[in-house]
Amino acid sequence: MTVLARLRGDPVALVAIALLLALAVAAILAPWLAPDPESLDLAAMLAAPSLAHPLGTDELGRDVASRLLHGGRVSLAVAAATALLAGLTGTALGLLSGYGGGRLDAVLMRLTDGVMALPLLPLLIVLAALDPAKLGLAPDLLHSEVFAVGRIVVIVALVGWTQVARLVRAQTLAVKARDHVRAARAIGAGPVRIMLRHILPHVASPVLVATTLSVGHIILIESALSFLGLGVQPPLASWGNMLTGAIGTIWTSPAAALWPGLAILLTVLACNLAGDGLQRACDPRR
Amino acid sequence: MGLILGRLGQSLAVLLAMSFVIYGLMGLMPGDPIDLMIAADPHLSAADAVRLKALYGLDRPWTERYLRWLARIAQGELGYSRLFARPVLDALGPALANTALLMFCALALALTLALPLGVAASRRPGGGLDHAANLLAFVSVSVPTFWLGLMLVAVFAVWLGWLPAGGMHGLAEDDGGPVDRLRHLALPVATLGIAGCGQYLRQMRAAMLAEAGHDYVRTARAKGCGPVRVLLGHQLRNALIPVTTIVALEIGGLFSGALIAETVFAWPGMGRLIYEAVMGNDFNLALSGLLLATAMTLAGSILADLAYAWLDPRVRSL
Repeated sequence: MTVLARLRGDPVALVAIALLLALAVAAILAPWLAPDPESLDLAAMLAAPSLAHPLGTDELGRDVASRLLHGGRVSLAVAAATALLAGLTGTALGLLSGYGGGRLDAVLMRLTDGVMALPLLPLLIVLAALDPAKLGLAPDLLHSEVFAVGRIVVIVALVGWTQVARLVRAQTLAVKARDHVRAARAIGAGPVRIMLRHILPHVASPVLVATTLSVGHIILIESALSFLGLGVQPPLASWGNMLTGAIGTIWTSPAAALWPGLAILLTVLACNLAGDGLQRACDPRR
Repeated sequence: MGLILGRLGQSLAVLLAMSFVIYGLMGLMPGDPIDLMIAADPHLSAADAVRLKALYGLDRPWTERYLRWLARIAQGELGYSRLFARPVLDALGPALANTALLMFCALALALTLALPLGVAASRRPGGGLDHAANLLAFVSVSVPTFWLGLMLVAVFAVWLGWLPAGGMHGLAEDDGGPVDRLRHLALPVATLGIAGCGQYLRQMRAAMLAEAGHDYVRTARAKGCGPVRVLLGHQLRNALIPVTTIVALEIGGLFSGALIAETVFAWPGMGRLIYEAVMGNDFNLALSGLLLATAMTLAGSILADLAYAWLDPRVRSL
């Protein structure tokens, strides 16, 4: 049975994947679906749900539904980009470590162990609080929207590659000894070609599973950092930073904090369920 | 023994590397100690600033400053906290105690929820209870901690008015007695306990299922042990080994991982202290706090190895 056929027999995973697709479509179409998320209606601050504002307004009178859609666009883009960057880094380092072996392997694996042993959240806070101007980056780059989002992607990816690296290394060690790799080496294929053409296809499915499972985790980390005011910066909305002011407003309008968190919960839940289903479909023995 | 010594040496190397990295990162933080002094006292002249820089050794090269700082840390001199206006050690101590209290209560709640449920779910894989436990586990690992905390505040503090929303006093300070402390603990502990139970639940269930296939389980059943006795007396004992390892591994991380819950509930613990120190340009406190958090996490992973070796005779001989 193929992976797809097994996946088709797993209703929970199918629902999760459908939900993720729907979220992705909503995020892409956000600018056409929802009005400006940054327009203020100071006459209607923290308003209850109405026809004009289906989910009410926030403490500055901005439409919550619109911010939710645009925030999801940012949160999902950040999560996807981070997972991709971390997955690529982990795959490259895992391949090098597993295929290279010897001292290179020892150094890379000690590095992986070291990064895995670090206190994640305090470290991320320090990285996010750094002054990018002191790194010598161009000032006009620092104020661009791409940089604001790219910064958080790089920071989270910097600590998020370890699991994939270990997984790819283990798989590479197993595949390296197979006959087709030895045959390729015998006819004179170089190490880069062997890694990319003969080993990479065999590590693709565990990497896909690990990356899907990591997206949920990354969304949680990004939202937590944004909640603390260190992730995606306002006025750009993200699901995390929509809740930054919630501790203050929870006494006057406790319901306002409901939606962004619910969106995070559902998305992360869908990622984890989809990843779990994918894992079972790729490796039915587990 | 050699294994443990090796791990200890490796951890010290990671700690040393981390101290280097953290020290370097602190230099990239916004703000500068001397600028902060000038901002605090407008009478300082440019000449004073230069003199202050020389006094604190800030005119020296970066590596030299790092080595001097390391030497002082090694002698137990952590410096003075700008933010709390007291020695760093006096700020870290109570925070560590507060976090330990919060953490152990949360861990106890998480395990109380997870272990019995994991055992019960493993009895009939694919059954109703198993599905319910699985759903709980997935929700638990998927819920954003800060939002769960906010929702609990909205329900129990705002709506029902039963519990305080935060603002715990320090352990050493004069407070409202044990009842007041328990009331302040309830919501943060519930938040961390619920968000933490999912992974233990999954581990417990998986470990029980892995043990269920072993011969000794069949032997126990064949010699006439009742199902509960086999489950709790035979299977559980072995299944707890990997779960204990996971818990030990988590303990170190929990010291700093409670950061978000501590921020939501204004709990004066380690995580919040580090956050405030980083945000408030309190370099001494941030450095020591981060180093302590790293040491805790590393200690947790050594503890996990020790627990594993102690519990599993097969590993002990290594």
